[in-house]
Amino acid sequence: MSSPVVSLNPWTDLSTMWSYPYLRNALIAGSIVAIIAASVGWMMVQRRQSFLGHTLAVVSFPGASLALLFALPASVGYYGATVIAALIARQSSDAQTADDRQSNATIGTVQAVALATGLLVISRSSSFLTSTTSLLFGSFLGITSNEVLLIAVVGVVTGVVFIAIARPLLLATFDATEATAMGIPVAALNVVFAVLLACVVAATSQITGALLVFALLVMPGATAQILTPKVWKGCAISVGLGLGILWLGIGLSFYLPRLPLGFCVTSVGFFAYLVSHVLVALRSRPHLQGNVA
Amino acid sequence: MTASLSTTLLAPFMVNAFIAGTAIALLTGAVGSMLVLRVELFTADALSHVAFTGAMAALLLGLVTGVGLLIACISAAVVLALLGRRIGRSDAAIGTFFAWILGLGTLLLSLASTSSSGSTGTSSITVLFGSLFSLSSTGTWLAVIGSTLGLIALGIVLRPLIYSSIDASIAQARGVPVVGVSIAFAVIVGCATALSVQAVGALLFVGLVAAPAGAAMRATTNPFATTALSMGLSVAAVWTGLFLSGMIPSVPPSAAIILVAAAFFGTAKLSESLVARRAR
Amino acid sequence: MTPDHPALHWSDASVTLGQRTLFRHVNLTIPTGSFVAILGPNGVGKSTLMKTILGLQHLSEGSVSVFGGSPEEARPLIGYLPQRHHFESSVSISGRDLVRLGLDGDRWGMPLPFANKFSASARAKSAQVAEVLEQVGATSYADRSVGACSGGEQQRLLIAQALVRRPQLLVLDEPLDSLDLPNQVAVAELIATISNVHGVTVLLVAHDVNPILSHLDQVVYLAHGGVLTGSPKEVITSENLSALYDTPVDVLTTSTGRLVVVGQPDAHGGHHPHLGHGNHHGHAG
Repeated sequence: MSSPVVSLNPWTDLSTMWSYPYLRNALIAGSIVAIIAASVGWMMVQRRQSFLGHTLAVVSFPGASLALLFALPASVGYYGATVIAALIARQSSDAQTADDRQSNATIGTVQAVALATGLLVISRSSSFLTSTTSLLFGSFLGITSNEVLLIAVVGVVTGVVFIAIARPLLLATFDATEATAMGIPVAALNVVFAVLLACVVAATSQITGALLVFALLVMPGATAQILTPKVWKGCAISVGLGLGILWLGIGLSFYLPRLPLGFCVTSVGFFAYLVSHVLVALRSRPHLQGNVA
Repeated sequence: MTASLSTTLLAPFMVNAFIAGTAIALLTGAVGSMLVLRVELFTADALSHVAFTGAMAALLLGLVTGVGLLIACISAAVVLALLGRRIGRSDAAIGTFFAWILGLGTLLLSLASTSSSGSTGTSSITVLFGSLFSLSSTGTWLAVIGSTLGLIALGIVLRPLIYSSIDASIAQARGVPVVGVSIAFAVIVGCATALSVQAVGALLFVGLVAAPAGAAMRATTNPFATTALSMGLSVAAVWTGLFLSGMIPSVPPSAAIILVAAAFFGTAKLSESLVARRAR
Repeated sequence: MTPDHPALHWSDASVTLGQRTLFRHVNLTIPTGSFVAILGPNGVGKSTLMKTILGLQHLSEGSVSVFGGSPEEARPLIGYLPQRHHFESSVSISGRDLVRLGLDGDRWGMPLPFANKFSASARAKSAQVAEVLEQVGATSYADRSVGACSGGEQQRLLIAQALVRRPQLLVLDEPLDSLDLPNQVAVAELIATISNVHGVTVLLVAHDVNPILSHLDQVVYLAHGGVLTGSPKEVITSENLSALYDTPVDVLTTSTGRLVVVGQPDAHGGHHPHLGHGNHHGHAG
């Protein structure tokens, strides 16, 4: 494949990328994943559950390697492992949202056990190196049309569930007492959200690999949180950022083939995060105020 | 069987593994109990990813891996401690930071694999999952010396550290240099991360700090006793893990260590809920 | 640090944070051994005023002296209880160990195992901790995890923690906040006893004045810009409070002669009552 040249005309560049079938799949699947990861990830940031999110992301690795061992479809491993881990991590916690000491230790242990299991499984298989690297760092550009279909279905289902529970979930996040008083099943919602997060993580890690899911999950939400204190506007900004980060990242890595995709996507995300910090600092400069005790 | 087992256990690589493993376990056990008390396990998680990038950078620059790890982990730990002071303890900020660091790691990995031959893939897996069995005697010495220094430093700051972790404002009013103490602790955590990456690997580090400390926290309400117990459990996990791995060669030592540590944690949790049920 | 020095003395003290002035030219004296409450709307700098005593907040103008010396010099003489929420249930430290940290938590190093068996000074410290736990009535739950204690129990343990070094000045930031009514009354009585029986000067920031009103020697009202101080009877009048909070506040006298403030003044912290700088009454210098 000859290295493509940038025309600096976004439309031409995009249609060039679109003309490669493998890239088309990556763009479609990536966009779906970016949307659901950014919205659910935004909620995760609001709930201060990044550690749980990251642990679920890591758990997809042993899931997939177990599936490989038993010759099952990789998706079974991804979804099975993340959902089970989400249930274990949440079941043991009495904290409503933010992770306290106990759930913190539980989540850390779950993560390490999952990874140890993954290592155990994969060290018995002959193709140790290749499969580990691809499971950890993803095979973004090797997505088949069938996988795109599965991701689309998962995307629609998780999207619908998210929209259905978003409002009560947010109330439960900020004021669990009030939510309980209003008859919202707070404990059940916590579990539902954990499972939702697990599904999104599984769908995402199938294309980005276990280690880089977290970028699509946390970066848009973290950036949106800086840009606006408004709730639903923040969610919308997060989705926009998620798509932007993904497309720019894929574009960068397409035109600069020496740079791995994971690096491009995370760098664009990190850049957006830093820029928004600077923007907010500049905006608040004229009426800078100290903290009041 | 007995003869072959004792031969395995007395082989030089096994002796090295036991010595280095014990030293590292003592340090991570102590550090872990403080990380759990301060609810900072996510920071440890982030640091372990920094370790991966640091090792890749060392590989690319031709530095000794251990040195690259130490520099990367300690500086990242201090950055996270300062960041936490400026913008409040924000897990989203930590997450964004380390997601990018990991992305940087993949770039370095790909640069290293194109510039050198096939050994890069293996060394990246070694960094991610670690192996006590492949430690050289220099590596063993580094682990022992590093852990001893880390433990001494932690011993010096331990009481003010616990005081400021329980309530920073009271400690500050009493004249404890809260910021200085937390930065000193960050350096110790960075050091512990860099050392344990050799033992259990970057990805399993969180388990080695979380599981023994989590189990110990359930057993006692004295923070110093928690620290001591966590150190003991950590050593027990490393020894049992190494022993198991020596008996069943197909089980990698890091996996065995983590699974044993997690079993301690599970047992503590289970017995606690049993006691709670009986009390009811 | 001679006895004739007042416990606290601010002279011409101002604090400016960024472009915002919290208070300006405050002159205030707290005599040794008195029980004083600092009251006022939210955001006027009550906690900041406390922090100037602890050396955690520097004055932009003027000076503060604690027992005649600087805040840093007086640090060993002060016990402090910050404004706080509850300890989370996962905080796994016993009340006894928490109080012990109040005694030696700022010392480098760590305790040796089984120190009580070998060292007389370690035994003396344990005895000191036990004594202060008994004093606040926390002995029965002192060995339970703090996270498992109720709000009132946690507050007693924290007061014990502030008391354990036998301070001459106790600085308490909203110690009654988030306690239920019986606990408010009990903790207020405990603090008054500490002040009366042991001669400790107590400075207390309060949200609601009623539970402590009958124990107070002096009241300091901090409003935007300045202070109003004097004995409760002098200061707590309907006119003063209504002007301070810019909203009608009633002060009633019960049949037993107790004062009761009606009208929940703190709900209107955003208003800016016009108050001259300096002091209107009593002890102010």
